[in-house]
Amino acid sequence: MSLLHPTEGEYIQHHLDYFQLNLHTMHLGNGGFWTLNLDTLIVSITIGALFLFVFWLAARRATSNTPGKLQNFVEMLIEFVDGMVKEAFHGRNELIAPLGLTIFVWIFLMNCMDLIPVDLLPKIASWFHVYDFRAVPTDDLNVTFAMSGVVFLLIVFYNIKVKGLGLTKEILSQPFGWWLMPINVLFRLLEEIVKPVSLSLRLYGNMFAGELIFVLIALLPWWIQWTLGGIWSLFHVLVISIQAFIFMMLTIVYISMAHSSHD
Amino acid sequence: MDINLTIVGEAITFAILIWVTMRYIWPPIKNAMHERETKIADGLAAADRGQHSLELAQEKVKKQLQDAKMEAANIIDNANQRMGKIIDDAKERADEEGKHILLMAKKDIAFEMENAKLSLRAEMADLLVVAAQKLLQQTWNADKDKQLVQQIIEEL
Repeated sequence: MSLLHPTEGEYIQHHLDYFQLNLHTMHLGNGGFWTLNLDTLIVSITIGALFLFVFWLAARRATSNTPGKLQNFVEMLIEFVDGMVKEAFHGRNELIAPLGLTIFVWIFLMNCMDLIPVDLLPKIASWFHVYDFRAVPTDDLNVTFAMSGVVFLLIVFYNIKVKGLGLTKEILSQPFGWWLMPINVLFRLLEEIVKPVSLSLRLYGNMFAGELIFVLIALLPWWIQWTLGGIWSLFHVLVISIQAFIFMMLTIVYISMAHSSHD
Repeated sequence: MDINLTIVGEAITFAILIWVTMRYIWPPIKNAMHERETKIADGLAAADRGQHSLELAQEKVKKQLQDAKMEAANIIDNANQRMGKIIDDAKERADEEGKHILLMAKKDIAFEMENAKLSLRAEMADLLVVAAQKLLQQTWNADKDKQLVQQIIEEL
């Protein structure tokens, strides 16, 4: 690959390749399933740690008197998430609100990487002889499926925990009654599997498309880039917030559905 | 579009993030917020109570002021009544005293008059005696006697 004077196709492909570690050979490169996307892991874990650190700072100095700026900001987010949870979920659950906060902030921050100029991080990486680097973790299916997978496991867990044996009855008899038992089971399976798949693909699709369009805009002549780039950036600010919000909201709704029976 | 072992790493990361948020971040901040809510509610209630007691105190002050005014008016009334009575009494007493003094004076005058009469009578008797002596010393001279008696009577 000629990195100095890449063709357009090469440039795009360069932005679609991950910085990967093959666990069979312990060399860089793709090794099928036994591969780690180092770029995704580094960026997402860094962002996650940053999130925890900042919020931990606020939590450590949390006071019931006049809050500082940081605490005010964190409280605003918590209030926001708590309001959403209270609106959609009426049971008692210690996990669901912090889960919503984690999802919202983490996804939002990872999505924000999309607003950093597309060539900045890959350029910096290239100084360390890393020639493929994708900066936006949420445009890696591994991230979105990991998150929706955890959410899926929580949904299953709460379904079983809350409903117990009633769950079996619910799966077998809802929504068409006992006589159409096989169809009920099939429907239920579809319904449950669609949840994590739609969650992760929605986020991935939005972020992948956003990133790709930034890459395409970067191919325009430099004097015209600001027009489309500016518009798309503004639009994308909206998209990344909305995607983070949707992921959080749907998670809350799914888990609250797991708490309530259909009848 | 390739799923690989990264998914496991991300799932673990996600789980850790959730756990830490749930354990160390959400509760302290939520507690602080809750505490502040209670504090603010308490403060507002206290302010309400203060307002209420202020109103009560104002009402009490008003009532006390009214009472004091009424009492003052009563005292003035009483004093006025008392004054009138004292003046009346004094007048009555002065009247009586006056009458008494007058009576005494009259009695005195009467007494003096009686005394005067008495002493006049005595003096007249003396004079009559003197006159009689003078008459006896004179010889029988009817005319002269007559003149003499006339003279004595005039001297009276």
